[in-house]
Amino acid sequence: MHDVVAQVTSFIHLDVANVTYLFLVGFVGGLVSGFIGSGGAFVLTPGMMVLGVPGLMAVASNMCHKFPKALVGSLKRAKYGQVDVKLGIIIGISAEAGVLYGAHIQELIKKNFGNAGSNLYVSIAFVIILSVVGGFVLRDAWKTHRSGTTNDDEQVPKLARWVQSVHIPGTMMYFKSLNARISILFTIPLGFATGMLAATIAVGGFIGVPAMIYVLGAPSLMASATELVIAFVMGLGGSFKYAMSGLVDIRLAMIILGGSLFGIQLGAMGTTYVKPFMIKMVMGVIMVIVLFSRGLMVPVYLAQLGVIPSMSEMTVKVLKNVSFGIMAFALGVGAFIILKAIWQGRREEKLSRQESLAHSKA
Amino acid sequence: MAAQEQHARKKPVVPMLLAGAVSIALYVALMTNQDFINNTFAKGGLYAFLPIATAFIFSFIHGSFTGHFWTVLGVEASKKKKEVK
Repeated sequence: MHDVVAQVTSFIHLDVANVTYLFLVGFVGGLVSGFIGSGGAFVLTPGMMVLGVPGLMAVASNMCHKFPKALVGSLKRAKYGQVDVKLGIIIGISAEAGVLYGAHIQELIKKNFGNAGSNLYVSIAFVIILSVVGGFVLRDAWKTHRSGTTNDDEQVPKLARWVQSVHIPGTMMYFKSLNARISILFTIPLGFATGMLAATIAVGGFIGVPAMIYVLGAPSLMASATELVIAFVMGLGGSFKYAMSGLVDIRLAMIILGGSLFGIQLGAMGTTYVKPFMIKMVMGVIMVIVLFSRGLMVPVYLAQLGVIPSMSEMTVKVLKNVSFGIMAFALGVGAFIILKAIWQGRREEKLSRQESLAHSKA
Repeated sequence: MAAQEQHARKKPVVPMLLAGAVSIALYVALMTNQDFINNTFAKGGLYAFLPIATAFIFSFIHGSFTGHFWTVLGVEASKKKKEVK
């Protein structure tokens, strides 16, 4: 392990441009995380690698900024009554196991198929999960938007109603976000999958949040807020594991945290201005755009593995840049929707205050 | 008018400035001691507690600053009581 660490540990030189770049990416990542409970990491990790940070160190440093960010975000959203701490901790513990198992799988793939094999695995996981889950979430949000029922209370989905109806003695626990007792045997595989995804594509929330909504029956706002507790538990354990091997560049982590704490406060406040379906909408839009970004890279890795004819260096470079650009675009779109929602919500509130003031004067 | 003035007085300017000053001091300390920090924090083993403790300290101080920062700017959560069901 120490040889591996010696190979991957190198501290980049930080100048004003690097610091500003990390701070700004951190801000946008924090904004999206504060709103949908996760996100940002899929741009931050490659974003650090662009600066010359070794891959494993970028993952470790990202994780070390994630848990304090999630802590601040979850405390903020707890003030709005959106957090189910018990559910977050229960899922977070099994997610931790998923992270360790996911990292182990990654190591095995890297050992047997090299970097290209590992990258291909990550990209295919991205494409399959984002197309299935992202497509479903976006479709659901769109249906709600079109049906004109955005002001109605969210209905507990069919699957969640069944999960809540199953009684397994000795495993039942009450969760306030569900307002029901469910067997923790259902939360274990969900947490495990969230952790595995976090170890694979860095954004466990793309499974965790939809799972809490559609499988357990949590409202969107509570699911996205509770995901921050899961991210804290997962991130703390993961950071400690990486720090034990000396892989965390605390400078990078704290600079990103500097920006993301501005963003997460704003994103958390944003949830108080929007209708619940907006959480699904932002998450679905980001997932589907990111899907295209990763999909573009699949042929590159297939060519590196010799499955399809090799590509010219120029083509690979163009595909890589376009892929990164689309990812950054996904985050930008998410941030734009959130900021617009906050701006509109504040404007409406101001107008209604002015109206009531004029009314009382009259 | 009086209500507006009262609202303005409630803005946590002093806590924001205090937390901001400590936050800046922490970042200055981090950036001016990069070599020492890189060498010590990345030693691995029990030294792992150093980056974790640093992350908690920064999140507490800087988190408090950013929270006050938005409040002072007038960006706050919706006043409408939202019931999460």
